[in-house]
Amino acid sequence: MGFKDYCFRKSLWVFHFGGASCNNCDIEILDCLTPRHDLERFGILLVGSVRHADVLLVNGSINMRDKDRLLEIYNQAPKPILVVAIGACGCTGGIFAEGITFAGPVDKIIPVDAYIPGCPPKPEAIIAGIVKLAGRK
Amino acid sequence: MSKKTLIPVGPYHPLQEEPELFKLYCDGEIVKDIKWETGYNHRSIEKLSESKTYEQVFFLVERICGICSTSHPFAFANAVEEIVGVEITNRAKYIRSIIAELERIHSHLLWVGLAGHFLGYNTVFMWAWKYREPILDLFEMITGNRNSYAMFRVGGVRRDIENSKIQTIQKILSECRKKNDLLTGAVMDDPVIHARTKGVGILTKQDVLDYCAVGPTARASGVAIDIRKDDPYAAYPLVNWKVITAEAGDVFAKAEVRLLEMYESFSIIEQCLEGLKKEKEGDITVRITEIPEGVGHGRAEAPRGEVFHFVVSDGSNSPARHKIRAPSYVNIATFRKSCIGQTIADATITLAAVDPCYCCTERMASVYDMSSGERIMNANELINLSSSKTSELKKQMDRK
Repeated sequence: MGFKDYCFRKSLWVFHFGGASCNNCDIEILDCLTPRHDLERFGILLVGSVRHADVLLVNGSINMRDKDRLLEIYNQAPKPILVVAIGACGCTGGIFAEGITFAGPVDKIIPVDAYIPGCPPKPEAIIAGIVKLAGRK
Repeated sequence: MSKKTLIPVGPYHPLQEEPELFKLYCDGEIVKDIKWETGYNHRSIEKLSESKTYEQVFFLVERICGICSTSHPFAFANAVEEIVGVEITNRAKYIRSIIAELERIHSHLLWVGLAGHFLGYNTVFMWAWKYREPILDLFEMITGNRNSYAMFRVGGVRRDIENSKIQTIQKILSECRKKNDLLTGAVMDDPVIHARTKGVGILTKQDVLDYCAVGPTARASGVAIDIRKDDPYAAYPLVNWKVITAEAGDVFAKAEVRLLEMYESFSIIEQCLEGLKKEKEGDITVRITEIPEGVGHGRAEAPRGEVFHFVVSDGSNSPARHKIRAPSYVNIATFRKSCIGQTIADATITLAAVDPCYCCTERMASVYDMSSGERIMNANELINLSSSKTSELKKQMDRK
């Protein structure tokens, strides 16, 4: 087990970056933290600053105005950091990929470790994705 | 002269799910001025819509906003049906109203939770979101997805609610209603919530009329506007319900309006379910073969207020022009009345009280010449214009 995997074994702290999204993925991410799914039992916590985070969740299509800010936030993050692209828009741009303000899916801007597709992905899918990331060898 | 401090909230702030930037100019604790910057969520939806067929546009407008993912298709359907001049079947009307009212309940519960979170009451947040889950389960049962339901089409709905399912739906709803009683009681009787929200962020009746606010924001200040009553559509004229208003116009009144509106929604859904039993199963669409040339206006009451869609058809299979106005677009402007003069601590709940939805709101700003219809300049050019004017003025002053 390398150092990176060792760091990510337990208690992942998560920072949520909502790009130009339709809000569905945002509310499903919040939904993961509420009593039905309760991600905190895995030690997963939503934090206010990317400087405290182990995981950067990115959802929504990224438009021209978000692009530089996403890069800036990624640069501020402590490395190693896991980047997860959530939802159809995060993975590929989805229905907004042909838009005039679209600035490329997330993996064109920053390196992505995991993709969770769906419009929106169910909370179960989000949890499964993050747990797989945390437990990978 | 006093010094002003600038407190930026956003664009990526832990308090908000969505990206937007508020600049609070403060003198000590008091907010003196507020500015709002946008564009972080612009997805060029109106332009994309012109490249899609009418059937595809429904999937696009549904993704304007995940929380009001029925209101936008609803308004668009109303607009296109106005162009075609078609009357949909009663069963489709009932199903449309059921989905829209379920959405209102889930959206208001979501708001109550977030408002509790902003006040530092995480218990309210967890409770409200827990009680929201059965509603999402209902959605999954009826439409196949928790959000973005894809139920609407021109001339009706895509899926039927089978009569055999009605009993299960009624059972889940009556349980939700009991939970709602508990939550409403807890929120309305809590002395701390009273102390934090009463008299905070007051919007008078005149302010509402001046700023053209809509939805619960307006109804909390005693202005009884509701598209479901004022311009009836779908099954709303077929059922009994009343518009909830409050007089105070503060944050508490806005919460009260939303909490009580949920009961109206429960009652509308129950009446619609009874109505469904009388209609023939499977009679959900009217076949439409052609969309003629014309102009359509569609309005629908979203959980946050009036959604307006304007569609121009040139007789082809996709809209020639599609204009959208979301309720938050007008409601956000009321911050200038409700926030200025408050303390910073109260500003967050005042901002949240409107239930602003930025993904609905993001539109392009540009200037058009009214007579020729030509685009004169975009936002960037306007900024350049402004900065060049400043530099010119500077030069003139230097000469003096």
